[in-house]
Amino acid sequence: MCVAIPGKILSIDGMKAKVDFSGNTVDVNIGLIDAKVGEYVLVHAGCAIEVMPKDKAEELIELFEDLEAL
Amino acid sequence: MKINMSHGSGGKASAELMKDIFGKYFSNEVLNKMEDAAVLELSGRIAYSTDSFVVTPVIFKGGDIGKLCVCGTVNDLLMMGAEPKYITAGFILEEGLEISELDQIVASMAKTAKEAGVQIVAGDTKVVEGKGGLYINTSGIGIIPKGRNISAANCREGDLVLLSGNLGDHHACILSARMGIENNIKSDCACLNSIVKSLFDNGIAVKTMRDVTRGGLGTVLNEIAEASQCSIEIREEALPVNPEVKGFCDILGLDPLYMGNEGKMITVVSSADAERALKLIKDTPHGKDAAIIAKVSAGKGVMMKTRLGGSRIVDVLYGEGLPRIC
Amino acid sequence: MKVENIINCLKEYDGPEIRIMEVCGTHTASIFKSGIRSLISSKIRLISGPGCPVCVTPAAYIDQCICYAMKENHVLVTFGDMMKVPGEKGSLSQVRGEGAKVELMYSPMEVVEKAKKNPNTTYVIAAVGFETTVPAYALTMEEAIQAGVKNIKLLTALKTVMPALKWICENEQGIDGFIGPGHVSVIIGSEVYESLAERYQRPFVVAGFEPEHILVAIYDIVGQISKHSEHDAEVHNRYKNAVKAEGNKKAQEIISRYFEPGKAMWRGLGIIEDSGLYIKEEYREYDGGSRGLDRDIELPESCRCGDVIIGRINPNECPMFGTACNPTNPYGPCMVSSEGACGIWYRNR
Repeated sequence: MCVAIPGKILSIDGMKAKVDFSGNTVDVNIGLIDAKVGEYVLVHAGCAIEVMPKDKAEELIELFEDLEAL
Repeated sequence: MKINMSHGSGGKASAELMKDIFGKYFSNEVLNKMEDAAVLELSGRIAYSTDSFVVTPVIFKGGDIGKLCVCGTVNDLLMMGAEPKYITAGFILEEGLEISELDQIVASMAKTAKEAGVQIVAGDTKVVEGKGGLYINTSGIGIIPKGRNISAANCREGDLVLLSGNLGDHHACILSARMGIENNIKSDCACLNSIVKSLFDNGIAVKTMRDVTRGGLGTVLNEIAEASQCSIEIREEALPVNPEVKGFCDILGLDPLYMGNEGKMITVVSSADAERALKLIKDTPHGKDAAIIAKVSAGKGVMMKTRLGGSRIVDVLYGEGLPRIC
Repeated sequence: MKVENIINCLKEYDGPEIRIMEVCGTHTASIFKSGIRSLISSKIRLISGPGCPVCVTPAAYIDQCICYAMKENHVLVTFGDMMKVPGEKGSLSQVRGEGAKVELMYSPMEVVEKAKKNPNTTYVIAAVGFETTVPAYALTMEEAIQAGVKNIKLLTALKTVMPALKWICENEQGIDGFIGPGHVSVIIGSEVYESLAERYQRPFVVAGFEPEHILVAIYDIVGQISKHSEHDAEVHNRYKNAVKAEGNKKAQEIISRYFEPGKAMWRGLGIIEDSGLYIKEEYREYDGGSRGLDRDIELPESCRCGDVIIGRINPNECPMFGTACNPTNPYGPCMVSSEGACGIWYRNR
């Protein structure tokens, strides 16, 4: 039950933020997280559920570095 | 001012509507005769198609229902290798429809028809009770030049499949408007005359053409695979998708493979013709993002080679392709 | 390590059969979309568990949704996923044609605005989901309360993942490891799985949704199982960019402010104690009558959904598969979702 994707915070107004997903702007509730303009947040059903500190490329690099050989 | 029941009764209001809107924009020597039927001189094999347009909203980024219905029928004829000639248009107007909106839509139809080289030769208008909606039915006639035989059953092993541009734009545009998601996605509705003409004028031996409308690429390719009794393998990395449309799909859990377009087509040609056909398509105004996306093999069904080299089946669309959370 | 190395390694695996379950419908979808099964050894079996809260919703709930949709001055608002789930009287998709008022939403929070604009209509939200979505419903209630909006009700079919995982570990010996649900874990954290890993000695690896994430999780689990004689089963968080060990505390807090656990019916599995979430007493005015909607359609005797959903049999071993039960006419949860085990098998037939 997990369709959620990262988007970038464009502006904040109280508990709501405008978040950009590759050119799509959605109003998102940010009451569940502490985030700043310019940060990436994971959004599900109109609510930001977490801040994502790394971008996808960096994340994958680290993911593979962390693995030991089988 | 709004449409009301008297506009459909055949009396004065109807006549004024005919003159002020339909007559103003649709004038041509056949229609102006105002007979009970259009009389046309035709010879040869005829392609004949019909379609109904019920989209809401009726005006959207990149077009409106008027432009859409002409493109839809013109494209259906083009896909059979026909040269589109004549269109009919039947309107069902709901009470409450703004006349200014109708004017804009009819003007748009006329403009699109002119650009596509077709004449609107017969029409009808009815008014029903309702809340301001508008539905249009069109039918179209085109002439198929001698010797041309385009069909979904023509594909053979080794043939390549070309897609004329980005997937999903029209569907994403309409859904964005309906779900209130802000973006710059425009409907891609367009007549495909320039692409089709370029291919034939330059001697490409086109086997199959299909426009990628409702049900999306996944559904269309399955229909072709079935008709030709072959298998089609798509290369995921080759599929052109506008990043904004991809972002929109990601938000709603939709798959561009199943989203409708209104100005994109697939062309199946032999592998020998593929590169040349691709260049020709890319040189047309609506084909800039064209790509070779799949190949035809023996077997059945449609498969996709995924980004990481895996393999998955691409079935027809089941259900409505609704936005998902899960 | 590169992804090619991981793929090669998993392709060449030739040890005893390993059965890995994922319990998230979105993981099932990603696995299917990226063709991961075709990349790995057939001795590594990926099994879809009961990870789709929509699909495990019983008929009584759908029927109640339909009731509201047909009721005067009521509108049912739902996610797209719910439209095809069959109740006893048909699905929401089917009754729409008979005058039922059903609207789609991207976020339940949109409904507060709708309710403000149309004070004479009662908006009933089909509130279905796991812990990932529960906070959104909680925020919706909070906003409604703060704005004094009274014409909203939530008809809930909310479920929690841990009791289901525990149920599977207790009742099903054949699962060797679990891919932990990525976004549920954003809310509940990754350390909650430690009690299960320790007690039942199965590795739990929390994964994201890109094919790379899932391949890494499979690799990790296979690795842990291969070294089982030397090490205990562990919980590994391979989605650290989104999942913290303790989860999202604010989200957990708002969930427990408005909801409390209760028993819930999982279509195909039965009742699991404390696996559901219900609106607390003090907020009952916002509840559309969610308790007790447990009755399910009598799944025909030959329906083997319960066994498919925990990986005991393959979909094609169910006698109804592909014949009486198919995507356009589904019975059990495995076929209702096009990404459920049966839905996928059907399209690979």
